Amino acid sequence: MSKHLIHLTVNGKEHELTVASNELLLNVLRDRLYLTGSKYGCGVGDCGACSILHGDESVLSCLVLAVEADGWDITTVEGLADGDQLNPVQQAFLDNSAVQCGFCVPGMVITSTALLRENDDPSEAEIKDYLRGNYCRCTGYVAMIKSVMDAAAKMRGE
Amino acid sequence: MTTLKSSNFRLVGERVPRHDAWAKAKGEQLYSADWALPGMLHGKVLRSKYPAAILRAIDTSRAKALPGVRAVLTAADVPHNRDVTKFGQMRDVGAGFEGLYKVLAEVGGKIRFKGEAIALVAADSEELAERACALIEVDYEPQEGVFDPREAILDNAYLVSSEDASNVIMRTRVEQGDLEQAWEKCHLIVENDYYTSPHEHAYLETESGSGWPDENGGITLRVGTQVLEHYRTIAKVLGLPHTKLRNMSVPMGGGFGGKEDITVETYLALLVKATGKPVKMVWSREESIEAHSKRHPMYLHYKTGVDRDGFILAQEVSIVMDGGGHTYLTPWVQMYATINGSGCYNIANLRCESVSAFTNNTFSSANRGFGVPQVNFCYERQMDCIARRLGISPYELRRKNLLRNGDPLATGFVPLGHVALDQLLQQTWDKLNQTPKPERLPDGRKVGRGIACGMMGYGRLCFLHDISRIGIRIELDGSVTLRAGVPDLGGGQSSVLAQIVAEELGLGIEDVRPLIMDTHMTPLCGTTTATRQLYMSGNACLAAVQPLKERLARKAAAIIRDNQWPQNPATGYIWRPDIEHILGHLVFADKKIYYGPDPGKNVDFVAVVAHVSNEGGELFSEGQFNAPFTEVPDLNNIKGQILPDMTYTCHGVEVAVDEATGDYQVLRIVAAIDCGKAVNRNSVEGQLEGGTAYNLGWLREDLAWEQGITRANSFATYLIPTAADVPDIETIIVESRGGLGPYGAKGVGEPSDNSIAPAIVNAIADATGLEFNTPLIKPETLYLALQNERN
Repeated sequence: MSKHLIHLTVNGKEHELTVASNELLLNVLRDRLYLTGSKYGCGVGDCGACSILHGDESVLSCLVLAVEADGWDITTVEGLADGDQLNPVQQAFLDNSAVQCGFCVPGMVITSTALLRENDDPSEAEIKDYLRGNYCRCTGYVAMIKSVMDAAAKMRGE
Repeated sequence: MTTLKSSNFRLVGERVPRHDAWAKAKGEQLYSADWALPGMLHGKVLRSKYPAAILRAIDTSRAKALPGVRAVLTAADVPHNRDVTKFGQMRDVGAGFEGLYKVLAEVGGKIRFKGEAIALVAADSEELAERACALIEVDYEPQEGVFDPREAILDNAYLVSSEDASNVIMRTRVEQGDLEQAWEKCHLIVENDYYTSPHEHAYLETESGSGWPDENGGITLRVGTQVLEHYRTIAKVLGLPHTKLRNMSVPMGGGFGGKEDITVETYLALLVKATGKPVKMVWSREESIEAHSKRHPMYLHYKTGVDRDGFILAQEVSIVMDGGGHTYLTPWVQMYATINGSGCYNIANLRCESVSAFTNNTFSSANRGFGVPQVNFCYERQMDCIARRLGISPYELRRKNLLRNGDPLATGFVPLGHVALDQLLQQTWDKLNQTPKPERLPDGRKVGRGIACGMMGYGRLCFLHDISRIGIRIELDGSVTLRAGVPDLGGGQSSVLAQIVAEELGLGIEDVRPLIMDTHMTPLCGTTTATRQLYMSGNACLAAVQPLKERLARKAAAIIRDNQWPQNPATGYIWRPDIEHILGHLVFADKKIYYGPDPGKNVDFVAVVAHVSNEGGELFSEGQFNAPFTEVPDLNNIKGQILPDMTYTCHGVEVAVDEATGDYQVLRIVAAIDCGKAVNRNSVEGQLEGGTAYNLGWLREDLAWEQGITRANSFATYLIPTAADVPDIETIIVESRGGLGPYGAKGVGEPSDNSIAPAIVNAIADATGLEFNTPLIKPETLYLALQNERN
């Protein structure tokens, strides 16, 4: 397997890594950088547990080869909060008790954050549509959707 | 003992953020697959590619020769490959029925389902371990197999196991009154056959974990499980004493019953022992779906008779359950299904008979609801069929027949807790019908409304003699360490315990730190199954905290009495009450201990702790709670108290059906439950919403089993509800205070998913007139049925 030198910026920190050509970005984040917040849920891009931000866009890291991500500026769930200051989506998830087992939550808050960067006043239907690629088996989504509505309102200063 | 409980709750009943929510929101919570150790190997399981076969031979030599492969194990390498299960689970956990459990398939024996484990590999990388698995040569002799339990119970059926003379796992029965006489009095008898489909748990976290050798010849695991007590079985398989197999377990990314049986633990322990190295194992999604248990598929026959006014006079139920390839929890699930078969109604004459059988399908075991959603689906469909035939409303028919306080269950036992069914039905019906039902939506879709009630136990079967233990230690700064072997699968099982301790001691939830899930360092709380943790461990918390509270209160009363009553400088104290009086009026709140009648008289909690500590008083306590104990019932006619108590639910649903395509959409859901007391209101709502969505999924999730092969073995083909599929769920939380848990609470985790599936199918029947006898209704199913109807 050939090796490649890649550069990643992850949560503001630069990394230089040698990766195999078949190595997945999710595995590099989890096994090489020990950022285990991004989860393996299905490995085929259906469940969204591995979602990360590439710039402002939500990306499924289990479908990205590490070599493809050379030069990317990545934010994982670990990079969303500013110290103890949670980002508005994370805070809303807490306030609405949208967290049960929590396994889908990293991907869910990443995708919700991407939505709110794209659209600061989404309707309930738009939220549901945007989050349809992020599975949750515990909550029934009700508290999560409310959380995204609340976070949007807070970000708009309401 | 002095009663110190304040009548006003501070934390109990509030919307309390769980103690672990911050870590989970920040991605800091570590799960089973998130641990790494230096020199760690990667484990893989080689699984059968046939659902039915005789295992002729295994040749591991090529796999072993691959550089980087550190161990290749087969059944011959397992010290104790066989164990006898009782009621499907290990004898260390329960008691009762016997079945055989094998860690790995044995040469000469039969493979019972596709996905059965044949060999284990540990290698330097995951990739190498996979390559090694591919190099293991397995000589299979494929067999015809049997895939329908109704065929499996016939005399000449293919035998699934090489050890048993029959495919029958268990037969049992419950009976009341005189059915034959009752049929004669019936005005209407409705008879239907039903089939309920298998259901996959689809927790987001697949089965995973790691293990390593510890310094004293023991093995330590880090594996999330619903049952810590499995460590005894794992130790036995390896031939280790119970003291040398420890699981420093971690919270799960969902369980729903699928992590109630052993998953990766034994495999990891065997590979650690063989290699002397740390080993990690993570199942792929496909592996998870093919190799762990499913909700039991059931074939049911219901015959229900009513009088002219709609009162049920008789009901006869027969159930054939598909146990799949191994026993596991089938007999227990079967008991739940059988005693609940006649439903949440007061029926004087009833019989429910069941048989479970092996097939070459993926094995069946616990799945949220434990055999109850299947029968609930049928008896609630029966009710709507009867209502339509009698021309009365489904609400009215249920109202006439519902169980009420004082009515006996099918086993003759009168529930100890409050029965709120009529209240739940009333409130759900009213909310669902607040606005008149439109015939059609503006887009032309047909609208239907449906309702269903449900009943399910909380707490384990009483003859299992269930207990829970909790440890509490008060720190010198006034914070509290709570030690609890409570498996947390995401329902807030540990957070609620912290909340109870904080409530009792007048602290904040942030002052109580739960340390959980260690087989040897935390007192064992028992399994996170059977909707039992709040009931059992909540009560154990109260038992543990009471002696501490008593000790602190005595000290506080003395301090207040000695220092806070007005005194006459010349003569000393003019009057002060005795200690017992003060004790009777103390309130623990706001990190203080108050004299209730005059809150100005108080002392800081931490100051009392310092006094008790200085005097050598004990600042730790362990408490135990025992559930009601009964004897194992006669399985020929189950009688008496089988479960501690029941939780009741009601769901109301509005659907829209597109008659052109067969697609249907659930527009509204009203979900009602009597939780006894909502200790954490957000958690109760979360369970009710989550449980509702879980079995909403049952209607479209199709594993597509074909002759023992799971065609839908990934999330690309096994489709669970997304945010776009779940409507807003209007919850109704009734608090009767009539439960057996702390503060009158009842368990809600599993009961929450009861009654939604029949409510949806009843709504589809209301919209279309089509009476479906299965919960699995895909749009194509509905489309074809509508086509048939038209022709």
